[in-house]
Amino acid sequence: MKCHKCDQKAVYKNQGLLLCKNHFLDYFEAKVFKTIKKYKMFSNEDTVCIAASGGKDSLAVLYMTSQYCKKYNINHFALAIDEGIAGYRDHTIEDLKEFCERYDIRLEIISFKEKFGSTLDQVREKALKEYNKKPCTVCGILRRTYLNRYALKLNATKLVTGHNLDDESQSFLMNTLLGNMRHNASLGPITGLTTNDKFVPRVKPLYFISEQETRLFCLLKEFKVDFTECPNIGLSFRANVRDQLNEIENKFPGAKNGMVNAFLEILPTLKEKYKETKPFSYCEKCGEPCTGKVCNACLLEEQLVVRKI
Amino acid sequence: MNIYIEKENKQLELDKECTGLELLKELKINPTTVLLVNNNEVVLPEEKLSKDSNIKILSVVSGG
Repeated sequence: MKCHKCDQKAVYKNQGLLLCKNHFLDYFEAKVFKTIKKYKMFSNEDTVCIAASGGKDSLAVLYMTSQYCKKYNINHFALAIDEGIAGYRDHTIEDLKEFCERYDIRLEIISFKEKFGSTLDQVREKALKEYNKKPCTVCGILRRTYLNRYALKLNATKLVTGHNLDDESQSFLMNTLLGNMRHNASLGPITGLTTNDKFVPRVKPLYFISEQETRLFCLLKEFKVDFTECPNIGLSFRANVRDQLNEIENKFPGAKNGMVNAFLEILPTLKEKYKETKPFSYCEKCGEPCTGKVCNACLLEEQLVVRKI
Repeated sequence: MNIYIEKENKQLELDKECTGLELLKELKINPTTVLLVNNNEVVLPEEKLSKDSNIKILSVVSGG
């Protein structure tokens, strides 16, 4: 099968569109740059922090954001969180270091061990047995908190994440199955319901890019990526929803894209309905905005860490 | 053909000619979750694979 734009062999097919390697790479870049511009994700007045893990989505978003920032002269750097998951994160962090060196991107690494006092591996059993908290819950809360906290400390005004079309359709379906429309209101290409000096706004340049497109991009660009699955993924609700959605996509091609575009039509209504009107309360321990007296990250620290370093 | 399934780190051999889609169906793999590489080149699942193909089935699913 031939590319629709030239005589080369097609490596990509999406609902009738056939593209060769070079035209796919152009298409990928154009799609990401268009998303950044359409949603005014960042400009040359920003300092852009790119959340990076070394996985395929993070390398793709890191590369594309860095290309965009270099083109438009925007300050940027990568920030990695090392949760301490043996046999998984240690590999991806090494790949990430090599990548940032190769493409001349400043990299900052924050580790759970150093900041939280324990690795995720060390608190996994206790979290599950004593507090019925799955490792993905612990990891999610701490990663979100640390990304925001250290992006802010490093003077970032925007935080880029590698969330893609698959992530967004999964989150939308998970929230909907749980009847939690407030959480859906926080999704979208630019996340959150409100602004606060202590929150760095999060943006998603890969919002309309599927996982299949990201992997193809990394493969064609010959990025060194470790494709090992996180050992904790089997326990998550997300993995279940992900598999179901992939079945639907196979039977009805374009379903995820359709779902996310339909969601974007109702998103302004959801944001209006659930916008925060109450003044923020702040965590008694760390001073960051939260809903209760103590934020979830400080609560986890209290419950799980035996000895804080 | 020689087949390597990345997700399961499994190698197998099949003595047949078929398309990528037919192969994935036989292996019960959802084509939206993988990429196919034949002799180190990305191929579309609709393409025919010969008996001497060296196929890699690469997972596109996120790590966590």
